Amino acid sequence: MSTSSAFNDEKGGSSSVGEPEYGHDPASGGIFSSDYKRHDDLKEMLDSNKDSLKLEAMKRIVAMIARGKNASDLFPAVVKNVACKNIEVKKLVYVYLVRYAEEQQDLALLSISTFQRGLKDPNQLIRASALRVLSSIRVTIIVPIMMLAIKEAASDMSPYVRKTAAHAIPKLYSLDPEQKDQLIEVIEKLLADKTTLVAGSVVMAFEEVCPERIDLIHKNYRKLCNLLIDVEEWGQVVIINMLTRYARTQFLNPNINESLLEEGGGGEKTFYASDEDEDEDEEKEKKAEAVTMAKRKPYVMDPDHRLLLRNTKPLLQSRNAAVVMAVAQLYFHLAPKAEIGVIAKALVRLLRSHSEVQYVVLQNVATMTIKRRGMFEPYLKSFYIRSTDPTQIKILKLEVLTNLANETNISTILREFQTYIKSMDKDFVAATIQAIGRCATNIGEVRDTCLNGLVQLLSNRDELVVAESVVVIKKLLQMQPEKHSDIIKHMAKLTDNIQVPMARASILWLIGEYCEHVPKIAPDVLRKMAKSFTNEEDIVKLQIINLAAKLYLTNSKQTKLLTQYVLNLAKYDQNYDIRDRARFIRQLIVPTEKSGALSKYAKKLFLALKPAPVLESPFKDRDHFQLGSLSHLLNAKAGGYQELPDWPEAAPDPSVRNVEVFALLERVTTLTSVPEWTKCSSREKRKEKKVEKPFYSDSEGESGPTESADSESDSGSGSESGSGSEDSRSGSESDESKEASESEEEEEEEEEDLKKKKKKKNEEKQLKKPVQESESEQSSEEEVRKPERKSKQNKSESESESDEDEESESESSESESEDSEDSEAELKKKKKVAPPKPAFKAAKKENKKEKKEMSLLDLDDFEPAPSPQVTPVNTFLSNSLVTDLEGLSLSDAALMPATIAPSSALKSYELLHRITGEGLSVEYCFSRQPFSPDANMVAVQMHFTNNSTSDTKSLHMEDVKLQSGMRVKEFPEIELLPAGETATAVMGIDFCDSTQAANFQLCTHTRKFFVSIQPPVGELMRPFFMTENEFKKEQGQLMGMNEITEKLTLDVKCRNEHTIVQKVTTAANLSRVPCGSDKECRFAGRTVTSSSLVLVTVATKDEGAAQLTVNCEKMVIGTMLVKDILLALTQ
Amino acid sequence: MINSLFLINHSGDIFLEKHWKSVISRSVCDYFFEAKEKAIEPENVPPVLQTPHHYLISIYRDKIFFLSAIQTEVPPLFVIEFLHRVGDTFLDYFGECSETVIKDNVVIVYELLEEMLDNGFPLATESNVLKEMIKPPNILRSVVNTLTGGSHVGDTLPTGQLSNVPWRRAGVKYTNNEAYFDVIEEIDAILDKSGTTVFAEIQGVIEACVRLTGMPDLTLSFMNPRLLDDVSFHPCVRFKRWESERVLSFIPPDGNFTLMTYQVSSQNLVAIPVYVKQNISFLEAGSCGRLDITIGPKQTMGKTVEGLMVTVHMPKAVLSVNLTATQGTHTYDLATKTLVWDIGKLNPQKLPNLRGSLSMQTGVPKPEENPSLNIDLKIQQLAISGLKVSRLDMYGEKYKPFKGVKYLTKAGKFQVRT
Repeated sequence: MSTSSAFNDEKGGSSSVGEPEYGHDPASGGIFSSDYKRHDDLKEMLDSNKDSLKLEAMKRIVAMIARGKNASDLFPAVVKNVACKNIEVKKLVYVYLVRYAEEQQDLALLSISTFQRGLKDPNQLIRASALRVLSSIRVTIIVPIMMLAIKEAASDMSPYVRKTAAHAIPKLYSLDPEQKDQLIEVIEKLLADKTTLVAGSVVMAFEEVCPERIDLIHKNYRKLCNLLIDVEEWGQVVIINMLTRYARTQFLNPNINESLLEEGGGGEKTFYASDEDEDEDEEKEKKAEAVTMAKRKPYVMDPDHRLLLRNTKPLLQSRNAAVVMAVAQLYFHLAPKAEIGVIAKALVRLLRSHSEVQYVVLQNVATMTIKRRGMFEPYLKSFYIRSTDPTQIKILKLEVLTNLANETNISTILREFQTYIKSMDKDFVAATIQAIGRCATNIGEVRDTCLNGLVQLLSNRDELVVAESVVVIKKLLQMQPEKHSDIIKHMAKLTDNIQVPMARASILWLIGEYCEHVPKIAPDVLRKMAKSFTNEEDIVKLQIINLAAKLYLTNSKQTKLLTQYVLNLAKYDQNYDIRDRARFIRQLIVPTEKSGALSKYAKKLFLALKPAPVLESPFKDRDHFQLGSLSHLLNAKAGGYQELPDWPEAAPDPSVRNVEVFALLERVTTLTSVPEWTKCSSREKRKEKKVEKPFYSDSEGESGPTESADSESDSGSGSESGSGSEDSRSGSESDESKEASESEEEEEEEEEDLKKKKKKKNEEKQLKKPVQESESEQSSEEEVRKPERKSKQNKSESESESDEDEESESESSESESEDSEDSEAELKKKKKVAPPKPAFKAAKKENKKEKKEMSLLDLDDFEPAPSPQVTPVNTFLSNSLVTDLEGLSLSDAALMPATIAPSSALKSYELLHRITGEGLSVEYCFSRQPFSPDANMVAVQMHFTNNSTSDTKSLHMEDVKLQSGMRVKEFPEIELLPAGETATAVMGIDFCDSTQAANFQLCTHTRKFFVSIQPPVGELMRPFFMTENEFKKEQGQLMGMNEITEKLTLDVKCRNEHTIVQKVTTAANLSRVPCGSDKECRFAGRTVTSSSLVLVTVATKDEGAAQLTVNCEKMVIGTMLVKDILLALTQ
Repeated sequence: MINSLFLINHSGDIFLEKHWKSVISRSVCDYFFEAKEKAIEPENVPPVLQTPHHYLISIYRDKIFFLSAIQTEVPPLFVIEFLHRVGDTFLDYFGECSETVIKDNVVIVYELLEEMLDNGFPLATESNVLKEMIKPPNILRSVVNTLTGGSHVGDTLPTGQLSNVPWRRAGVKYTNNEAYFDVIEEIDAILDKSGTTVFAEIQGVIEACVRLTGMPDLTLSFMNPRLLDDVSFHPCVRFKRWESERVLSFIPPDGNFTLMTYQVSSQNLVAIPVYVKQNISFLEAGSCGRLDITIGPKQTMGKTVEGLMVTVHMPKAVLSVNLTATQGTHTYDLATKTLVWDIGKLNPQKLPNLRGSLSMQTGVPKPEENPSLNIDLKIQQLAISGLKVSRLDMYGEKYKPFKGVKYLTKAGKFQVRT
């Protein structure tokens, strides 16, 4: 260290004196000799009015920074120029600011306002650069400003600005980790972004801020897979690495059957060989269970798993080595064994690249070759070593060659090794000898050949070579000593010449161990060694003592005195290890009165049969690190490394990824639209193809209509959602799904029809969405389309209208009365008119409201066909379908708004009392309907009653205060509530699976009331339908901490099944799970926001005793739910 | 990701540093210097080093170490690839990537680095995008700039980053529209003492120089695409078209770029253009050795072999050489113990020969191994694999471009063991 610091001093010193020129500009030449003066001059230049002078000064300052000189005292002078008009001066000032702001926090604040102004600039690039610099200034005080800027930029129109926002997230996080929650929110938002520009950056932010939140990926998984090929190279690397980890948590091991075979076959690799076997028995059992399960059920790859593999494969052809490596590791960790082979060729190609790349690739190849040797065997020759390779590369190649060696190719490999042994690079030669040793141990057939070869090396002139050979020979001989006494004799002779301690020690050990094979030579060797004992290295001395002891035990007649002598010498050695050893051995082998018992066993102790050493690759078992990672390379966990999880035993619910399919389709079509060159760009078409036919079928001819449709959806996304936003039912998500379904249908539809379709679909959405959701369970995109169409047909059947009719109808949304004879159509019309104009001024207001609410149900009522249609297709009903059915029955029953929800069971809560509200009273209840604009929100139905004598106007909400993560979709403003009338509105709240209250102000034209809505825990979930088996399986996974059990005594009144069901479903929004036993009632649901399973079991026993069990991943919810249900059941 | 970058010259001076996050003291490089000391040869410095608080990932090119300091887990190749991209960018901007040139253009270099990484994550690495933001220096501009106080920073920020063709800048205009493609093949081979091929393969690359107006969409097709075994593409190439039709379809970047690299399938026998007869021996007594090398043409497809050169790394014990060549010149560098024989054109009638004696250090045992010969050669107008471009079509633009294809065969890592 001292030398290095001196080095630095020297550098520093030279800088203050020398520092001749700055750049190539003559003006900046070394006119000024001292630092002080020069800086003065710079300050002057910076203060001048001329841009050219400023620029000159900044250039010199940047040059100083580049050389690592301190320029911090110029800060005040520089920061003044932050608002300079000249773009280059500005840029350089930014460079300076980013470098020194951290050191001069107070002064740096002066520049903040400039950036804040920049954030509002109409030019996207200026906004982006302002955000970039602002977030790069590491000043803690401005954290709130940064947070605000990031949030704003995350919803910027320009994808470039959003990208910058994604970059800013980890910056802010490293500055203030407290902001994590808020940042995660932004990440979540950006993850949903559909542009390739943003994808890479946001995943990078995700990896740095919240890599553990794998749940955020679910909905974006398919989108990311499909976008991947168009993301820039660096983003690809990050995304692929992240997806590898994701896939490991979500899919089943594709090689599970294979590992079963391996175990069962019990070949060479039996128990400890495959990494599937963990040491703990328990785990093994579990595994075995899983394996047997797999046996019963043949493995079927999740289509999403397949999607990932398929979409990453072309990237093996990337010019970027990092991308190729990322794909390779993905395949290695995720692909079925049969498919891994494709990566070998690409990796071998990388060996042509720079030596640093080779170094990293070879390390990874070395690890891979241990697990999957066959993969690289065809490329054996590519790993041959050239004399010009750097040593580290040579040694790695050697490692790979050794790993690849088997019975068939060993002769070629050995021939190759033979040439290497002659190399001038001695480190490499030593490594080669070790490699030969390893080949010899691994492949029995060549052991003798290798041994003979190595023995020949013993006469090599280079001592290093000989020493290394001795060490390796020793290991080999240990395997079958009896055959090789002549080799041992040969080696004994070597003790005269070889000086390398390790080699001497090895020979001595060997002679001692096999002294019976060389009874004449051994004592002689000991004699020689005793002579030179004092001059030997410690490790040799220890072996001399060993040798002496062994000889004493076998041949005490000849060696007794020699042993005594050696032990005496050792007794006074400087090294205490040697003294200890001598003392210990003397006690052990020389029988005295005290040590009688032990010395009997001395022979057993010393001459026990030693197991042969296993020569192992240093790369063995390195694959528990994710390949291609820094940790793998170092074979040590690097900071921030994310463990590659083990495969799950049962696949988690694949439907979590479903939602986004539609959004993805939309984005794909969006991309196709914009530029004119797209027409001939099959890069774009590729995506399109993916949409239509996932299996790469060509469809270039069909691109026409898509494009126009897209251009509309792209540019018009605002206007569309505008029209939709009036409609309280349509949220952004449903927009997406709608567009998605369009793109699916585009083959049949005429281009011009698309617009009309869109309108129509606005109405169908209500119906379709649930259908789609349940369909998408089937994952394969193609399949999704079919039922989709089916449902359409179905609908048209039920309406008894032809396709054209539909179109014409929707075309004239205003002049619809043509069809009005039909009562159904009439209903439809109302529904159509009502939503877009919620602010209809009339006394009918209330009435209309009702209709609007009703329309939710009307649709279901209208076209009931799809749901039963879909049911048989799916193996189980989706939750939304269940609620759908619920809604159906209700809407059939009555058209009163009060009955929308199962009101008898629903509890109303007071939001605003009549007195505090000055005549206005508000009640709310949780309607348990899916909140259509946003599936993650809980629908809250509010009843407004105007008890006063005057009208209340413009009833709306304001100033929503929420805990982080929570969101609210406000109810539409009620313009007029006449005296004595009532009105109903629905709002959505995303409680983020917590019982935190949502606080907001309820405003009328005259007053504002502070109110808050707090949900009972039972309303934070929605019913989820599952079969008994599924229930049991899921329950089995939610044990331990996730299970809460409570004993209770049931009230006399509610001892029958019916009441229990009623009580529980009242307390919590769950659906019943069918159950064989009548002693048990089971319920299942999922939390609204995170879709965590909630499983409830009520087991009844005699005398009203019962046991309540709640299984839920979210422990807080579980605990609270237990309390609530307990209360409900015991009351 | 990448926290800081240090540029270090051959003698161990840090001549440029750049930090993207908090400043890391340059003393972190001490660990690197330690490893460098140990490694003797700069190529042998491990690219990845672990220090108590940082990880150091470095590359060595053009006698400069690009050393990056990293704090957390990151794929090492990611960093290595990026550092090379930085080097490529310097090469692209300044024509070379040397210490002097970087020092002379330190401001541009700094601005480039600023644009290439944001918070340690690559931002703009495409040369076309960078060139729009920061204009490369040229003599005329630098004269004008000094007179007018103008700058090399573009006034308008590039659109390339925002478009869907991030590798091509918008609004390209040329009066002469031309597209040139160089098909360059390198033979990698190891020949053993007797001249039999131990290992040989052909690696090819297609370098393009495209100067076309507007947004041309090009399609390049081959006569015999089946020859190509393993390929890697510039991001502009549409992989789907390649998979289905075996044509290269792409919207090219503006200027020079590497369109694709390929490997010729290993089933094909590789033609080795020259043979080498050599005899190098070190005598036990008398501390001297003999050397005799003759090179002759083998499979040259009727073309002349040019730029023939033989490089031999002699054992340390060889003090000097006393050789005569029938053709070309030879030099022996005492410091590196490298013998270079520059032959030039190979004349099949009169084969070049180099022979003579080597004088050895006395008292040192004779070297175990004979040094291997590294051979360099060039054959113009020939792709040794037989690959041929059949046609180049352009869509999307009206004008007729001037097109040209050139072939070249070179020796890659061509080694003869002796």
